Amino acid sequence: MMFKSLKNTIQSLEKNEISIKELSQEYIKNIKEKSTLNIFIHFDEQKILNQVEILEKDKSKKKLKGIPLAIKDLFCTKDMPTTAASKILENFKPSYESFVTQKLLDCGAIFVGKTNLDEFAMGSATDTSYFGNTINPLSKDGEPLAPGGSSGGSAAAVAANLCLGATGTDTGGSIRQPASFCGVVGIKPTYGLCSRWGIAAFASSLDQAGVFTNNTEDASILLESIAGFDERDSTSANIEIPNYFKNLNHDVVGKTIGIPKEYTIDGTPEEISRIWEEAIKVLEKNGAKIKNISLPHTKYALPTYYIIAPAEASSNLARYDGVKYGYRSSEIDSLDEMYENTRGQGFGKEVKRRILIGTYVLSAGYYDAYYLKAQKVRKLIANDFNEAFKECDLIVTPTAPSSAFPLNQEQDDPIKMYLNDVFTVPASLAGLPGISIPFGKDKNNLPLGIQILGKHFDEQQVFNTALSLEKSYE
Amino acid sequence: MKINKNTINKIARLSRIKLDDQESEDYIKDLNLILDWVDQLNEVNTDKVEPLSNISSSILPKRDDVSKDINSSEEILENAPDKLEGFFAVPKVVE
Repeated sequence: MMFKSLKNTIQSLEKNEISIKELSQEYIKNIKEKSTLNIFIHFDEQKILNQVEILEKDKSKKKLKGIPLAIKDLFCTKDMPTTAASKILENFKPSYESFVTQKLLDCGAIFVGKTNLDEFAMGSATDTSYFGNTINPLSKDGEPLAPGGSSGGSAAAVAANLCLGATGTDTGGSIRQPASFCGVVGIKPTYGLCSRWGIAAFASSLDQAGVFTNNTEDASILLESIAGFDERDSTSANIEIPNYFKNLNHDVVGKTIGIPKEYTIDGTPEEISRIWEEAIKVLEKNGAKIKNISLPHTKYALPTYYIIAPAEASSNLARYDGVKYGYRSSEIDSLDEMYENTRGQGFGKEVKRRILIGTYVLSAGYYDAYYLKAQKVRKLIANDFNEAFKECDLIVTPTAPSSAFPLNQEQDDPIKMYLNDVFTVPASLAGLPGISIPFGKDKNNLPLGIQILGKHFDEQQVFNTALSLEKSYE
Repeated sequence: MKINKNTINKIARLSRIKLDDQESEDYIKDLNLILDWVDQLNEVNTDKVEPLSNISSSILPKRDDVSKDINSSEEILENAPDKLEGFFAVPKVVE
């Protein structure tokens, strides 16, 4: 298809083979045709055309000039409402622009809309949104599939060709898992690479921004556009951002790829083990050395995550109290009643579940047994990776334990839902960069994903390895 | 059972979240499931392990202590559900 590559579209625009207006109109048409997939929470054609008009008058050269992008509705945007897919922020209009979206606007990108997500990014299927499910564009008629989550709207927007790239956030797998489910590339960079200023906070010791694209080259272009130091996020790393795109090199000769034995989990479908083996073979053929490694505390990553993330969420979400912004209940006879009714009515089921569990594990008498214990196990998990990276340059695993599952699958058991993050959470706890790239299909012809993890701030090698796999797969 | 009716009421109160009876019952079930599941962390020996609270390798940067005007109060109050004379308005606290 003509526009599927962001890189090529930049060139077409520069050579005047297509105008910014024509390009935008094409994407507006696509978005309207796919409206039943419920990918966008906010889409306003006129706002796109306004951006086009301003850019067409602007004669300066800009890196992403005229490129249509979709923004996860967790990023504050001045010109579009920001809801975090929650009733409690249904009518919130930020008075400021997030760091990441400002960077993209400075590069001349056009925002086509705000994408759906799990409420406050808590979920793995984009089914906890106050604005309804998003449907995976790869679904067959009559059998709607989940796009993954929490950034399911952004992954689906790229997969359905409604934009050339999209932003996401990843706390325990919220970029990599939906990328895998929708058959696109998604990268969560190192904790600290992108400023979270202006992103609604979920679990601050884990949250990180990243991007979705159709291929690795495009991902490298977009990531270098949103990375960078920002004094307003105290965890933002003050490092020079490499030119990932220019430095791309698919040569993996001499690189050592670690294969962790703990990622072979009972109950994982055979086809996932098969594509994992296939990916290993391809990298070996391309000249990489394959090394079996051990990350002994892997099995404790999920329970650790499901203590730490809700604990931090319970604190972060205390700000939604019906005072300064957002929804306020109409039953407000006293201040306490106003808080309790506002939060009881404004938050959805999963968000309340996580606030409750987070409050419990932080409460007097339980803090040491749960939260402190989890932080100690987290240290051991991070140490596992430190040890492993003494023996290898990168780690390759499957992204998710399944392909896209049917929508409306009964999720009575929260733990079953949490298992979706089994391969993505350990790297999140260690703050490592990870990419998911489409690699192979299952028996129903649905895409599967391979995850590549790198050392802190070694996004370049993550991209290079992804490119090596991608080139051999095409 | 770690969580019973009393505990869920106490946590809901601490969280300032009003739950109806059905919700309370559902969350008692969910939270007990989750807490039983995370109990497996007790298998791990964490004696002499430092807790990891911040993964960031960056050293907290210092800045000059100068004030900056970022938002006007008008802009901030634009999203307020209720406001009065330049302040956020809430139900009366003192009689």
